[in-house]
Amino acid sequence: MAYEITLLTTMAISVLFALSLNFISGFCGQISLGHAAFLGTGAYTSALLTKASVPFLLTLPLAAMTAALLGVLVGLTSLRVRHDFLAITTMGVAFLFVGIVRQQDFLGGEIGVSGIPPTGLGRVGFLILAISLAAAFAAFSLYVRRSWMGFVFKSIADNEDVARLLGIDVPRYKLAAFVVGTAVAGVAGALYAHHFRFLAPDSFGFIESVSVLAMVIVGGIGSVWGVAFAAAILSVLPLMFQFVNDFKLLLYSALLFAMMRFSPDGVAGLVRRFLVTGPRNRG
Amino acid sequence: MAEILSIEDVTVRFGGVTAVSGASLSIGQGELIGFIGPNGAGKTTLMRVITGVVQPQQGRVLLAGRDMANWSVSRRVRAGLALAQQIVQPLHDMSLLENVTLAVGMRHTASPLLSLLHTARGREQTVARELLARVGIGDAADALPATLPLGFLKRMEVARALALQPKLLLLDEPLAGLNQQEARAMADLIAELSRQGQTILLIEHNLREVIRICPTLYVQDNGKPLAFGQTQQVMADPAVRRAYLGAAA
Ligand SMILES: Nc1ncnc2c1ncn2[C@@H]1O[C@H](COP(=O)(O)OP(=O)(O)OP(=O)(O)O)[C@@H](O)[C@H]1O
Ligand SMILES: [Mg+2]
Repeated sequence: MAYEITLLTTMAISVLFALSLNFISGFCGQISLGHAAFLGTGAYTSALLTKASVPFLLTLPLAAMTAALLGVLVGLTSLRVRHDFLAITTMGVAFLFVGIVRQQDFLGGEIGVSGIPPTGLGRVGFLILAISLAAAFAAFSLYVRRSWMGFVFKSIADNEDVARLLGIDVPRYKLAAFVVGTAVAGVAGALYAHHFRFLAPDSFGFIESVSVLAMVIVGGIGSVWGVAFAAAILSVLPLMFQFVNDFKLLLYSALLFAMMRFSPDGVAGLVRRFLVTGPRNRG
Repeated sequence: MAEILSIEDVTVRFGGVTAVSGASLSIGQGELIGFIGPNGAGKTTLMRVITGVVQPQQGRVLLAGRDMANWSVSRRVRAGLALAQQIVQPLHDMSLLENVTLAVGMRHTASPLLSLLHTARGREQTVARELLARVGIGDAADALPATLPLGFLKRMEVARALALQPKLLLLDEPLAGLNQQEARAMADLIAELSRQGQTILLIEHNLREVIRICPTLYVQDNGKPLAFGQTQQVMADPAVRRAYLGAAA
C-alpha cells in the first residue's frame, strides 16, 4: 500500500506542476524552458520554513508567493519584449537557479536540504491534499478556458499583434498567466519538498524543465485533461521501470519528437480525432 | 467641427527608405476622407503610425487633442481607434464569429481580472453575427479563416474593426480582393456608416468608388503629402494626375 501511495502522490504533484506550465504555455502560448526553477523556489521556501517550525499548510501560500515573485521579476523583464524571448530568459533562469542555490550555505549548497520534517497529515492525508490541489487547479483551468480570459489567452497564443489591435493589453495578460503559473508551480514545489523530504539543487534545473514541457506537449498543449493524463503517466514510469529512469531524457525526447511529428496536438488530439467529438480545442 | 485626429508633420524612415515625409492631416468629427496615392506612397505606414505599430522619427499624432506618443497599440484602440488591415490577419484558430466576438467584448477584455470574472458570450455573439451579416458574410460566420477566400477575410477585418465601435475607423484597402459587385456593396456600407456619423479614414486604390463616396481626398506620393481638399478639386489637380499617370506608366 505504501508504494501505491507514493506513486499516486508523485502523480498528483506532477499533474499540478504540469498544469501550472500548461497555464502559461498551453493557454497563453508563452514557452518556458525553466519552469522547474519555480518548482524549486517553492520547494526551498517551504522546506526551510517547516524546518524552522512553521506549520506546513501555512508554507503553501508563502511558497506560492516567493515563486510568483520570481515569476514577476522574470516576466517583467522578458514579457514586454517580443515573442520567443521568454523561452531564452527562462532557460537562463533554470541554470541560474541551480547555480545560485549551489553556492548558498543556508540553502544546503551542493548537498541540498535534508531532514525536512513530516507534515503531520500522514501519508494518506498528504496524498488527499495533493490530489485535491491538483483537481482544484484543473477545475480552475477549465473555468479559465471558458471565461473571457481564456478567450484572450487564445488570441495572444494565436497572434499577439492582432490581439493588440483588438485593444488587448498583451503584456499584462502574459504577466497574469505567468504569475498564476509560477505561483502554482511554487505550491507544487512545497508538496514536492515534503513528499521526498530531501532537496537537491539539480532537481530543479534544465532537465526537469524540459521533462515537464514534454508532459505538456505530449498531453496536448492547452488541453487540461490531456496534460493531466500525460503528467500522471510520465511521472511514474521512471519509478516503476528502472530502464525508463536510466534513459529518461532519451525516451522523453523521443516521445516528444514522435508527438510533434505525428500528433502535434498531443494525446488530447489523438483522442479527439479518434472520437471525433465536438468543437475544436475543448477538453 | 470637432477635430478627432490630427497628424502633424510625421516622418518615418526604414533604414535608408523614407516611407512618410512630413505628412500632415486633420480629420474632423463625422468626416469621410479618402486617402489615395500610388503603390509605396506610404499610406499603410501612416496608418501604422496612427495605430502605434510604427514609431515616427519626427512629428506627432493627436487623438481628440491628446498627444498619443508612447501610447501602446491597445491603449490607442481603447481610446477610439480601429483598423481594418490591408494584409488580412484573422486569428486562425477561431471562426470568423469568434474573431469578431472577441472585439465586441472589449469591455470584458479591458483587464485580466475583468476577463476572468465573465464567461457568458451570448450577447457579444449576437452583435458579432449582425456585424458579419452587415458586411455580407453572415453565412460564413462559423467557418475557420483558412477555409475562406480573401474577399471574406477582408470583410471580416472590417466587421472586426466596426465591432470596436471606434471614434475613428481606419480602413486600409477594404475593397481589395472583392469583385465589382461586392466592392460596390462595401463602398455603399462605408457611405452609410458615414451618414450615420462614423468618422472614417479610407485608403483605397479603387478610385471609382472612392470618388463616388468620399467628399474629401488626401493624396500622398512618395511619402509626401500632395493634395488635401474637396474631391473634385483634388482630382482636377495636375500634380495628382501626374502622380497617378507616372505610377501607371
Ligand atoms: N517595415 C518596413 N520595413 C522597411 N520598409 C518598409 C516597411 N514598411 C513599408 N516599407 C517601405 O515603405 C514604403 C511605403 O510602404 P507602404 O506600405 O506604406 O505603402 P502603401 O502606400 O501602403 O503602398 P500600397 O498601395 O502598395 O499598399 C515602401 O517603399 C515600402 O517598401
Ligand atoms: Mg498599403
